[in-house]
Amino acid sequence: MDIFNDHKKLFTASVVLFSILMIFVAIFPAIENQTNNAPLPDSKPLTDDEMAGKLVYISEGCVGCHSQQVRNVDMDKTWGSRPNIAADYAGITRTSFLQNTATLMGTERTGPDLTNIGVRQPSLDWHLLHLFNPRAVVQQSIMPAHPWLFDFKEKPNDGDIIVNVPAEFLQGKTGKVVASERVLQLVTYLQSLKQVKLPDGTPDPEFLYKKEKKAAEGGAGEAEGLDGAALYAANCQSCHQQNGEGLKGAFPPLKGSKIVLDENPEIMLSIIMQGYNAREEYGVMPAVGTNNKLTPEEITAIMNHERTSWGNTGRKVTTDEIKKLMETLKKPAQ
Amino acid sequence: MKKHIFNKTKWSIAALLLLSINSVFAQSSTSSALFESHDIGLFLLVLLVLLPIAGFFIYTSLSIKKKSTQLIQQKFSSQGIKAEKYLTDLDLEQVRALLGKKNNETHSLKSSGLLTVILLFVSQFSFGQSDVQPATRESLMTQPGVLITLVLLFIPLLVGFILLVTKLNAMLTKMRTKNLMQEAETLAEMLDNGEVMQDYTELERREKALSYNLNNDELAGKEAPSDEKGLLKNVKSEHDMNFFAQKTKPMPRPKIDPNLTKLILAFIGSAIFWLVLGTSIGEYVGIKFIAPDADSLSWLSFGRLRPVHTNLVFWGWASLGMLGLGYYVVPMVGNGPLASLKMGWYSLFFINLSHVLGTISLMAGVNNGGGEYREYIWPIMSLFAAGLVLSMINYLKTIALRKTKEIYISNWYITSSVIFLPIIAVVSYLPFWQNGIGETILQGFYMHQAVGLWFMFFCLGLLYYFLPQQLNKPIFSYSLGVLAFWTQILFYTLIGTHHFVFSSLPWWLQTVAIVGSVGMLIPVTSGTINFLMTFKGSWNKVSNSYSLPFFVVGVIYYFTGSFQGTAEAFRSTNLIWHFTDFTIAHSHITMYGIITFIIFAGIYAIVPRLTGQEPPQLMVGAHFWFALIGLQFYTIPLMIGGTFKGLSWAEGKPFIDSVVLMAPYWLWRAIGGSMMWISHLILAYNFYKMMFPKKEFDVKEEAFKILQQKTNFSQN
Repeated sequence: MDIFNDHKKLFTASVVLFSILMIFVAIFPAIENQTNNAPLPDSKPLTDDEMAGKLVYISEGCVGCHSQQVRNVDMDKTWGSRPNIAADYAGITRTSFLQNTATLMGTERTGPDLTNIGVRQPSLDWHLLHLFNPRAVVQQSIMPAHPWLFDFKEKPNDGDIIVNVPAEFLQGKTGKVVASERVLQLVTYLQSLKQVKLPDGTPDPEFLYKKEKKAAEGGAGEAEGLDGAALYAANCQSCHQQNGEGLKGAFPPLKGSKIVLDENPEIMLSIIMQGYNAREEYGVMPAVGTNNKLTPEEITAIMNHERTSWGNTGRKVTTDEIKKLMETLKKPAQ
Repeated sequence: MKKHIFNKTKWSIAALLLLSINSVFAQSSTSSALFESHDIGLFLLVLLVLLPIAGFFIYTSLSIKKKSTQLIQQKFSSQGIKAEKYLTDLDLEQVRALLGKKNNETHSLKSSGLLTVILLFVSQFSFGQSDVQPATRESLMTQPGVLITLVLLFIPLLVGFILLVTKLNAMLTKMRTKNLMQEAETLAEMLDNGEVMQDYTELERREKALSYNLNNDELAGKEAPSDEKGLLKNVKSEHDMNFFAQKTKPMPRPKIDPNLTKLILAFIGSAIFWLVLGTSIGEYVGIKFIAPDADSLSWLSFGRLRPVHTNLVFWGWASLGMLGLGYYVVPMVGNGPLASLKMGWYSLFFINLSHVLGTISLMAGVNNGGGEYREYIWPIMSLFAAGLVLSMINYLKTIALRKTKEIYISNWYITSSVIFLPIIAVVSYLPFWQNGIGETILQGFYMHQAVGLWFMFFCLGLLYYFLPQQLNKPIFSYSLGVLAFWTQILFYTLIGTHHFVFSSLPWWLQTVAIVGSVGMLIPVTSGTINFLMTFKGSWNKVSNSYSLPFFVVGVIYYFTGSFQGTAEAFRSTNLIWHFTDFTIAHSHITMYGIITFIIFAGIYAIVPRLTGQEPPQLMVGAHFWFALIGLQFYTIPLMIGGTFKGLSWAEGKPFIDSVVLMAPYWLWRAIGGSMMWISHLILAYNFYKMMFPKKEFDVKEEAFKILQQKTNFSQN
């Protein structure tokens, strides 16, 4: 055949085949998606500070380990309340003259997904300490420390945000650890990462491959099927630590805590569900229960774990009790 | 001739098509019934395991059938032995033995009834076996747990069956030998009695003819040989100690232009430099998984160094290495000169410049914003693209200058890939279709086309040149190469989105990518068949060569790595493996096991021919084994750990658990990575040895030099 012996025909043919396919699977779907998707009505564009924070996120290569996509499979429920849809990314355009659009969806999850981190972990204090050295808050973490985003000052100025770093993580340096502007912007960006509600009447897309429900769960009132320690690890441990002792100057201990050991679980429940910011010496507690959509059964399991671990000898609570209390908590809010 | 080749390959292609069509259908049924999780990937793997087993069954039952028919035939014919058929073609001793015999007597044979019983048993078994097959296949489609249990139950049964078949086989052979022995005895007796032989004159004549001998002096005469041409005495008789098997030296090639040699060596030298640098960084980044606080400098942080590693090994090492080998292969297969040396040097300069600037900018925290292998910002990437375009024009012009009529298949692959990559890079960097998930769609396209239509395509072109050259025989089938060429373009272009299965990208696009991934089985299988069939009959050459072992590893990984890629693309397997370290193991199996090993092989194949210097053989062996064993230590633990990680996520365990459980696997990865890294240092050393050999002091040579000087002096 002629095509075998004529380089012009041969290479034209292969390029034409390739280009047609390329238009079909890359260019055409990309153009179609960018023209037919608009940002959700409730979404807000990034503020200048948040945008600056996003640039830090890009510059430090966070996307290498952290994805920003909740897939529509059941195991991704941990990372957001609904699967991401194309509209979630529709507002993202070219970053700068030199830099391409950054949806930062990622292809690896060496670290947790950050789609909804602004809801899951809104605490500034936690993020600053975690960025200074992740092992200060999560002992087993392998995330790189980012000390270059902080300054060491002997005499901090007024308005400087001081991070209370445990001495072992200071690596012999002296002075107060002060958060730089860049790290504050980065945390602002992280706090802005929240899943936006779909407009009224639009149902959330479903999570696929649901786990089969365990048949015959434990008796009524007792959440025997749930592992309180695992739930504690997933929801509370990053601040209050595995040993329940918290971190001095950042997160209060639960071990021996009056609130935890209280016969009446009402205050403890309200803190879990609504957050807490009453004590100067500690960081702000987010409304973990509400943010993470914990069920009464899960909360019971967590509370019982906290009330009976690390030498705590509190009374075990029942699911029924918690359910009732949760209803009374909701009433004044409405 | 072509028709013949097609006939040869027709069946393998048909089987392939069947397999892939089957899988495509299976896949599409999964996507329509989203909530069912048919484990297609697992199914495919099990099928792959079962196929050779079924092949073994068919083979053994055929051989048993053959043996039993032989027995039956023997049984029937043994009543009347045709002694004449044994009495042709006798040698001298047999003739003499016959001539010494005179007497007559007759004997008959007996046979056992046991035979029929065994035959019945055998046929029973071959039926029983065909009953087992469909039953197993049906249960494959149920739950993976059931399936695994079935396979586990099946293994001892299988072993038992194989034992039985082997015993039976041995028994049949023994019986057949016994029967033949009886026949031989009868024949001997018949001959002894002189019952067959009537005329001995013919035999006597035969004896004379057979016992005739030359006296060996007819041509040479009786004088002792003299060595006037110095053929015998000038042989070097001293050898080095042979601790290791001696490899054959490459055959001398027609001298190529020394200027082209310089260009090729510069490409390969740069490639090796980026390999050593890129993998040193990779090694350090791998260590950070075990010791995250190894340093606290922003320029050396994991987030910034990871893209430096990937870009240097992709665009630095592999790309320059391939281009350098291409500068040898492209003119060579066209029998013509290279179009422009200058263009080649500019190409090398631009690409090297892009990596110097790219590495600095990435470490300084200036990157393009996320996409893997797309981290260089566009001004730096355009330097790289400019270098590529120069080489592309150069290759095309070289092909236009070729002296052969046809374009050899290597140049199809090599030149197409070097045309595709600039198109891919430009399309993926242009800003017009990058808003929102447009960026992600192009990211999937970009990263995968770069792998499949650049690295893989180019390396296949290199294989089509180097395998025939190293084995000194033509490629098995040109047509299979052509088939693989077009199907690879057709299917590979589609599969980019399989990195974003279950994401917000359009569902249909994900499905297209999965179907394309299954389609890739066609070019991969035809390519593998082609390469292995080219090796067939020449496997002995592998142990004598130091580049062929690298090629063998490349071809084997081409098959396994690509099939693994297909298995990973399914939705069911994405549930376990996506986002985990399994992906990293896969990318190292392909980019290292296939691409890097082929480039290693190419370097050892041509550099000794270009410089005329062999690398130290022991060090080539060290390079090979460190790289290969290191790769196993790297990939296997990551695959195991990645699977556990995925399962831990699926069970809904806290995320930090999956980090903790990976620790031992990351340690093994660092160990394997260190071995691979050491092998690269050895490669750099070997390359240095091939470029600048150390001159041994030769007493004889020096003595004659001095003598020469003295005579010159006395003449003056």
